Amino acid sequence: MTAFAVESSGLTKRFGRQVAVDAVDLAVPRGTVYGFLGPNGSGKTTTIRMLLGLIRPTDGGHALLGERMPAGAARVLPKVGALVEGPGFHPYLSGIDNLRRLDAADRTADRKNADARIRSALDRVGLGAAARKRYRAYSLGMRQRLALAAAILAPRDLLILDEPTNGLDPQGTREVRALIAALAAEGSTVLLSTHLLSEVEQICGHVGVMHQGKLVAQSTLADLRAEATPRVRVTTDRPHDAARVLRELGLTDVVTGGVEAAGVLGPIAPEKVVAALVHDGVPVRGFGVVAPDLEELFVGLTGEGFDVSG
Amino acid sequence: MSAVDAPAFFVSELRLVSRRRRNQAGLAVLAAVPIIIAVAMKVAAPSSSSSSQGPEFFGSITSNGYFVALAALAVEIQLLLPIAVATIAGDSVAGEANQGTLRYLLTVPVDRTRLLAVKFAAIVVGAFVATMTVATAGLLAGWALFGAGPVTLLSGSQASVGGSLLRLLAMCAYLTVCLAALGAIGLFVSTLTEQPMGATIAITIIAVTSWVLGAVPQLDWLHPYLLTNSWTAFGELMRSPIAWEPLRDGLLSAAAYMLIFLSAAWARFTTADVSS
Repeated sequence: MTAFAVESSGLTKRFGRQVAVDAVDLAVPRGTVYGFLGPNGSGKTTTIRMLLGLIRPTDGGHALLGERMPAGAARVLPKVGALVEGPGFHPYLSGIDNLRRLDAADRTADRKNADARIRSALDRVGLGAAARKRYRAYSLGMRQRLALAAAILAPRDLLILDEPTNGLDPQGTREVRALIAALAAEGSTVLLSTHLLSEVEQICGHVGVMHQGKLVAQSTLADLRAEATPRVRVTTDRPHDAARVLRELGLTDVVTGGVEAAGVLGPIAPEKVVAALVHDGVPVRGFGVVAPDLEELFVGLTGEGFDVSG
Repeated sequence: MSAVDAPAFFVSELRLVSRRRRNQAGLAVLAAVPIIIAVAMKVAAPSSSSSSQGPEFFGSITSNGYFVALAALAVEIQLLLPIAVATIAGDSVAGEANQGTLRYLLTVPVDRTRLLAVKFAAIVVGAFVATMTVATAGLLAGWALFGAGPVTLLSGSQASVGGSLLRLLAMCAYLTVCLAALGAIGLFVSTLTEQPMGATIAITIIAVTSWVLGAVPQLDWLHPYLLTNSWTAFGELMRSPIAWEPLRDGLLSAAAYMLIFLSAAWARFTTADVSS
């Protein structure tokens, strides 16, 4: 048994001249919740489609749960639950009939307890009451829940979830996060593709960041935070003087705004900054050292916010 | 992986096709045609002699209700039965792609070859049900309005009611094989697109074009290769002895079409990127 639930080397997908995924080396350790981050269009979904064998890589390869793909698909995919690019179901079938169809298609599924498994999956995602409604009458949130139910129809060792909280209201989002945490606690590895950083901060232990088809960072969330340098923030009625002092001390990326001056601390001790400010007669009303939040880290890595990559 | 599990997906596929309202409405239309034929012939019967000119089998309807089924098959094989097959075949893969269900089936996982096999089997069952619906509705309407009895064959001899029903069943089976060839083309077309309606229209156009080319005498060199060339040969089963040669040609032609287009569908679908 390998240590990684998902492992890829040089995974590449080109569409004509465009490189959608560029030599991605994923390493998702077993038992973790791995946040797969990136702006829209950065290649996350294309990577996930390759991982599941829906599209063929132009180059490179990967393994799921230690099985080479796509050769081992028939053996490994029954142990993988997936939600890819939103829900997809037959509109004129009820929620429960849609799940029955997927279960019937699974040759490894145990027919004897099918009804019990389908019921329990529906209950876990909170769709028990709406199970017999036609799918076309479902709201976006209910559709998303049904897709999650499909992903947990059988016990899974690996869950690959692409934007699972899309279209859910705040209450639904909390419920789905709790569900993912519970599934992880039961021993499933979760690869969670998302652009919601709050989601990552709350449930992920590892992160991988995609940008323009490349995996630009991959580590534990703690390591990613440790690498990030903290900033100081000075509150004063003379922000320009404060900024001058910060620059003289060697702080970088110094900015002013309103009654504040801020800069990246680097190797300088914060107490020295306070002493220098006071020594120069800058009235300090407030002083703080702030670790960058995930969004700032993310912007630093991808050079952008949530704009669509070209 | 046991043999007992294997049909579960096929049963689910049949349920999916048969429970769709559109397909149920389509079957109702197929069944309505023989009823209309029977009623029209009944209303017109007093003023027209049984020797009147008309399409195949029509002239015999007033003497035996059995011929309503044959007349209906002869009429519907021209367009309505091909449309029925085109509807199911066009939807087979393109419909799943269009709804996004294809990616979820493939990640279950359903092997792509198995998916095609199940889809094609469902098309063939659909073609058989459609043909049997036409025959049964025709038989019942015909018997109700013109009575049942021993059937006079095209060669002049008589066939018992039981024997004539066996012949009708054989005709439905023959037409099912013919329509399965169209279904194989349809399955291939359906792997090319994510638009099921577009696929259905394309398949219908293929069938209609084949009929049209078959009706142009200047193209007689082409006729033996046309998909629909031997479809009307089902009438040969009404001879005694049965003229097997045209039927054998029809079955061989259908088998060739199936071989070519099922291979094409397999080659296309097992290597295609599913990005729907």
